[in-house]
Amino acid sequence: MSNINLLIDIVLLTMLVFTTVAIIRLRSLFAIVMLSGVYSLLSANIFVILDAVDVAFTEAAVGAGISTVLMLATIGITGYEQKKRRNHNWIAPLTVVLITGAVLVYGTLDMPAFTNPNDPIHLHVAPRYINDSPTEIGIPNMVTSVLASYRGYDTMGEVIVVFAALIGVLSLLGIREKSSAPLHAEPPARPILQVMAKFMIPYIILFSLYVQFHGDFGPGGGFQAGVIFSVAIILYTLTFSQQDAMALVPPRVLKRFAAIGVLIYGGTGVVSMFKGGNFLDYNVLVDDPLHGQHYGILIIEFGVGLTVACVMMLIFFAFISRGDKNP
Amino acid sequence: MTFIIDALSWVFLMLGCFLGISGAVGIFQFKEFYSRVHAASVTDTLCVFFIMAGLVLQSGFTLVTVKLVLAVALLWFTSPVASHALIHAAYLTGLKPKLTTTRKEAAKRGQS
Amino acid sequence: MMTLEHYNYWVVIFLMMAGFYILIDSNNLIKKIIGLNIFQTSVFMLYISLGKVAGGTAPIAAEGIKTYSNPLPHVLILTAIVVGIATTSLALALVIRIKESYDTVQENEILELDQIADEGPQA
Repeated sequence: MSNINLLIDIVLLTMLVFTTVAIIRLRSLFAIVMLSGVYSLLSANIFVILDAVDVAFTEAAVGAGISTVLMLATIGITGYEQKKRRNHNWIAPLTVVLITGAVLVYGTLDMPAFTNPNDPIHLHVAPRYINDSPTEIGIPNMVTSVLASYRGYDTMGEVIVVFAALIGVLSLLGIREKSSAPLHAEPPARPILQVMAKFMIPYIILFSLYVQFHGDFGPGGGFQAGVIFSVAIILYTLTFSQQDAMALVPPRVLKRFAAIGVLIYGGTGVVSMFKGGNFLDYNVLVDDPLHGQHYGILIIEFGVGLTVACVMMLIFFAFISRGDKNP
Repeated sequence: MTFIIDALSWVFLMLGCFLGISGAVGIFQFKEFYSRVHAASVTDTLCVFFIMAGLVLQSGFTLVTVKLVLAVALLWFTSPVASHALIHAAYLTGLKPKLTTTRKEAAKRGQS
Repeated sequence: MMTLEHYNYWVVIFLMMAGFYILIDSNNLIKKIIGLNIFQTSVFMLYISLGKVAGGTAPIAAEGIKTYSNPLPHVLILTAIVVGIATTSLALALVIRIKESYDTVQENEILELDQIADEGPQA
């Protein structure tokens, strides 16, 4: 690595160490949740330094965005402080952790040199994808081409996992729609926040659509776009009210759209089977295999974005509608 | 000409770094919540502006400049609102700023 | 110099063990979940460090660039991040239900309440 990159890498890692030590020592859960958001943002910076721009995008959106919001919603229900406990035995966990850490460090002594191009990891499968992706798939972003086309099965499994998490959260919590309280109260309760939210939300949605469809040419894709879209609606919920947001995007519509997103993904695979190829083989979707790949990636990324957006919004609604039972 | 632009971008970047460090020091040194939030908000607005201005001068008339300007515009719209939200929430839950004199005392002194 | 080359891996292992320590040592369920998140993110950093190639750029094909960083760990970690958020949201939903059932999220109190429920009320 060039010197300045290495320096930035070392500084960021050191800041991460300090953040983690602070998380271990603090007692206030609110501060710990904020620090975990800081931790996610710092690790997103490290991912950028290590050339993983897609991963940095996703980590910043998911870890520093949605995860912090959900944890704040949870500690709003369960309480902000931890209680101290007597006879706290910290020696046994520390011993376990030290032994495991020592074994892992012993394991890394054998690892090949950091960033050497001749490491075994870079010599077998990766060159085939890097060399053949521009001609076989034709889109510049190699991560998207591997994610959506070469390893399309794994991404389908991932979308189904997200949908399964939605089913789990809905069966545990459920969404309760409030019938009381007027919408669009006049005069506005929080004028500065509401005006700024009304100004920002269209641009956030526009940006999420840009990320969705630009994922072929730069960092982006379905997951990041879905998360950013749901963040726009979460901002609307936080600054206005839960009833306003649920009137704008009713949960029953969102549930159906989440299922339709997964259906679009699986349906593309089935359509390619009907046209004579394997499951999720995009070459046979239209006459020209290259165009078939483009169409296939576009359609499945749209399915992914749709599902992820609806799932994140529904999970957020489930968390905050539970909070009313526990003031 | 390029030397002037280079030197100017250096000055901006150094100013931005100084403001960031002063914001960080302010968060630790101030004794009162409202002063601390003000120190942090300086980091959000002016420090970002100077660093981005330095980077804009470094990159000239390219697409990167437009993206940097848009990023600064976004941060200038949202960061002050975030600081406002923080202080508003603190004020509503009862944390009052610690003033050196209250209005009653100042009125008494003015009158007496 | 070996220290500088392996600094990345050692710091990642420290973060992994710190997250692991939070997971097994804390009493509060939400802090355990945060420890799990720290553990997960440090594992992601390990994988991404393995994929970096000296002199390479982000794996987006552009004119005139010969070396790219390895895209395969990036794809794996993208999937892992999304699965991580799915797991975290499900875990937090479970914690909310535990709070409603037991009225506490401290682990020792939950175990005590379970023990009392198992043994029946002491007559």
